[in-house]
Amino acid sequence: MLRTQKLGEADRIITILTKRTGKVRGVAKGVRRTTSKFGARLEPFTHVDLQLHTGRTLDVITQAETLRPYGEALAADYPKYTAGSAMLETADRLTLGEKEPALRQFLLLVGGLRTLVEGEHEARLVLDAYFLRSLAVAGWAPALESCARCSATSVRAFAIVAGGVVCAACRPAGAAVPAPETIALMIALLRGDWPAADASESRHRAECSGLVAAYLQWHLEHGIRSLRHVERV
Amino acid sequence: MYEGVVQNLIDELGMLPGVGPKSAQRIAFHLLAADPADVKRLAHALLEVKEKVRFCRVCGNVAAEEECRICRDARRDDHVICVVEESKDVVAIEKTREFRGRYHVLGGAISPIDGIGPDDLRIRELMTRLADGRVTELIIATDPNLEGEATATYLARLVKPMGLKVTRLASGLPVGGDLEYADEVTLGRAFEGRRLLDV
Repeated sequence: MLRTQKLGEADRIITILTKRTGKVRGVAKGVRRTTSKFGARLEPFTHVDLQLHTGRTLDVITQAETLRPYGEALAADYPKYTAGSAMLETADRLTLGEKEPALRQFLLLVGGLRTLVEGEHEARLVLDAYFLRSLAVAGWAPALESCARCSATSVRAFAIVAGGVVCAACRPAGAAVPAPETIALMIALLRGDWPAADASESRHRAECSGLVAAYLQWHLEHGIRSLRHVERV
Repeated sequence: MYEGVVQNLIDELGMLPGVGPKSAQRIAFHLLAADPADVKRLAHALLEVKEKVRFCRVCGNVAAEEECRICRDARRDDHVICVVEESKDVVAIEKTREFRGRYHVLGGAISPIDGIGPDDLRIRELMTRLADGRVTELIIATDPNLEGEATATYLARLVKPMGLKVTRLASGLPVGGDLEYADEVTLGRAFEGRRLLDV
């Protein structure tokens, strides 16, 4: 479940990222009533097994079974809740078309939410790893080990417009010059090297978050509203 | 499409929540057929509500004066504040006749995905009310959905260091429902909050 919007007296429009059909929007009738048969099953973050009846404009949700209720654990931990919200919003933005299969984005989101709930790694690290990998799945993986323009291995700066790290010769005006440890952290997050990511220092994590957020929003051509509220522990 | 003024009325009615184009048309024709005095009374009520109703400076509830009826009532318990999302939640709780304390209306719930953070709610005003030390218990009665729970978590984290008792409304099975239709989260909460039968 990606997001919900109120509709009429007691209904909700639910946006779902599905395993086989991609993003789907459906109506859950009467879900806001306390006696609703759906109860907490149709809350954002919940991994559900759904049955939908195809409608004219929107599908109608007829049955829902919970597979994993990630929302409950996330709502009880504010930094995780804000990080998870940014993940849902990004998944919504990266899957533009409705009913276009997006299996890798689906698996990445479910894996990301599970990692966030398990709490083995800092929420902000999980969020940045999710951003980097979802961008990679969408075809916008940043170049991190060699110059994005000439493939030179001696890199100096990070240029969002160039698509990642750049060498001194290719460096455009206004490119950021992050610490080498920050680039190493980004590589670790993209590869899923958690021991290296967990060992990183707080200042490099902050720098990494700033670069990843700017890179993500530049490619999406849209701000991620949740990012303003993401809380660092 | 109808003549100018009729279409204007249908368009304006169609802007109301839960009113679609067909309903708007039905209401418009009902008003056209209605007694002019009834329509004038409705128009007057609409204007009056915008002119006279404001938000209570203490709790944020809708009020006809500077302070709402509940904040002006000296018989209410000053030691307990119940935090709700909207004014309509105050009405729902008042109907139970179980609560005699004061209220605080936040004006919504924290929802980062909709761009609503703690600074967009009346949390700062709540902290100011709690600062005088008179309040001993804060009851968090935000909606039992994800945004409401996250808002409750945020408030509890903020208020607990002040030494206040922070409580949350119980969640569980709705009265009059069947157990088999309860979802896993609700049923789990009902088990967590089970109580001893005192017979």
